[in-house]
Amino acid sequence: MSHHHDHALKIADLTVSYARIPALHHISFEVRCGQCVALLGPNGAGKTTLLKTLAGLVNRESGTIHFHGREVKGATPDIAYLPQRGQIDWDFPTTVRGLVEMGRYLRLGWYRTYGADDDRAVNLAIEAMDLGALQGRQISALSGGQQQRAFLARALAQEAHVLLLDEPFTGLDKPNQDNLKATLRKLRAQGKLLLVSHHDLPSVAEIFDRVLLLNGELIAAGPTAENFTDENIRRTYETSVFSGV
Amino acid sequence: MISEMLQHDFMRRALLGGMVLGFTNGFLGSFIILRRMALMADALSHSMLPGLAIGLMVAGLNAGSLFIGGITAAFFVAIGSMLLSRGSRLKEDTSLAILYTFAFSVGAVLLQSIPPTQVELKHYLFGNILGMDNADLWITWGVALVVIPGLLLLQRPLVLTLFDPAVARSQGVAVGAMQIVIVVASVLTMISSAQSVGVILMLGLLVGPAATMYLITDRFPVMLWGGAVLGCLGTLCGLLLSYRFEGIPSGAAIVIILFSVFITAFVFGPRYGLVAKIRKSRHMHDESLKRWHRHPGE
Repeated sequence: MSHHHDHALKIADLTVSYARIPALHHISFEVRCGQCVALLGPNGAGKTTLLKTLAGLVNRESGTIHFHGREVKGATPDIAYLPQRGQIDWDFPTTVRGLVEMGRYLRLGWYRTYGADDDRAVNLAIEAMDLGALQGRQISALSGGQQQRAFLARALAQEAHVLLLDEPFTGLDKPNQDNLKATLRKLRAQGKLLLVSHHDLPSVAEIFDRVLLLNGELIAAGPTAENFTDENIRRTYETSVFSGV
Repeated sequence: MISEMLQHDFMRRALLGGMVLGFTNGFLGSFIILRRMALMADALSHSMLPGLAIGLMVAGLNAGSLFIGGITAAFFVAIGSMLLSRGSRLKEDTSLAILYTFAFSVGAVLLQSIPPTQVELKHYLFGNILGMDNADLWITWGVALVVIPGLLLLQRPLVLTLFDPAVARSQGVAVGAMQIVIVVASVLTMISSAQSVGVILMLGLLVGPAATMYLITDRFPVMLWGGAVLGCLGTLCGLLLSYRFEGIPSGAAIVIILFSVFITAFVFGPRYGLVAKIRKSRHMHDESLKRWHRHPGE
């Protein structure tokens, strides 16, 4: 899982509409591997839409996405999307290990045999997310924080460089939140690019080194210290979504 | 008893056909349950009725006419409900309910107009596995040889779709196509089951074994193959039962056997069974009491 910190994700002039009503309007920004980026904005600002567009789940009206110099058109193993907790069937008959193994399917295709390399990648991912003792458990028998780590391990087994996380802190208690913060730091240190939608403003500076302030259009993007300012926060949260300005 | 059974030609055919049928249904059942399609499968099984009736009227009572009639009707309803829900704000369950009840009504009306000498059609409602002829046998084996290898070949994209359609799509899986694969496999399997367990009871054979395994295991492959083996053995036991007690129709016997296995798993399942749950909650209660005594006030 070697990483070059110069892998860049470039989004240029991205517009996405639902039934002709624009949800994201002419968004352009660039982020790099080794960054932990908060996606901030009020409800309906397009945070989930942006993540889903990057994951190839939503069709774009215009704009391009490039990762490491290559245009991203549909699904790619380089980018992993972690859905909100509520979307998952927790009673699905799979253990933690089975879930992590699913991360290999994309690289394996339909019928190439699951081999030693795959097993190694799965073991590494399980170790990295500290799930060794839990790998035989059914996924509903995990705590909320452990469930997050199991899905992160699946993304690691997929050997994704970009991890898209939709509100991962929602519904976690304090110890699990702290644990997830530590996990995100670890993944960033490994050179992953983390794009995380987030709604708890007080914790932003502590967790994220970069922010994207979104309100239908991009209000500000860049290092947290310079961009997470009162002025930008006010502009993001106080104007009605998509004022057209 | 078995060696005595095997002396009858019709019984040999029933065993050969029934066990394969049970295997196919039990195998497919895992996909149906995890995709939450049990009721859709039920709707499709009922929607075959007008096709069976028309096949009977046009080409007489033979496996081919009923196969083609049933399959056509089920596909009309399946595709029609998809079009109806895509072309309006109706959700798919609603459009399916509208169409399959209509299809079943048409079937009921058509059945009225068929001369009573051809009462064998009632076997297609309740099943008559002992009446399987060679053509039925061929259909059963043919369907098994299409459905099982097909689902195995597509197992990875299917599992991703079943587990989380959104993520599957983000991984490049054609989720819509996978759903269609499951529907097609269901229709084929149901048609091959119509003769032996009947339109009304086939859902028990389809869903019962996989539901039982779902209560026992946390591993998808175990659920898949376990359901298949259970479906096969359940059919065998059902046949033995109906052979031993002549009054019991074979289809009903099979479903009753499968249900008793299901209830056993529901009550005594090692991890998710009723007894295990009660024991576990009592155990947890004891644990917290102990902890309280060790560190009161925590």
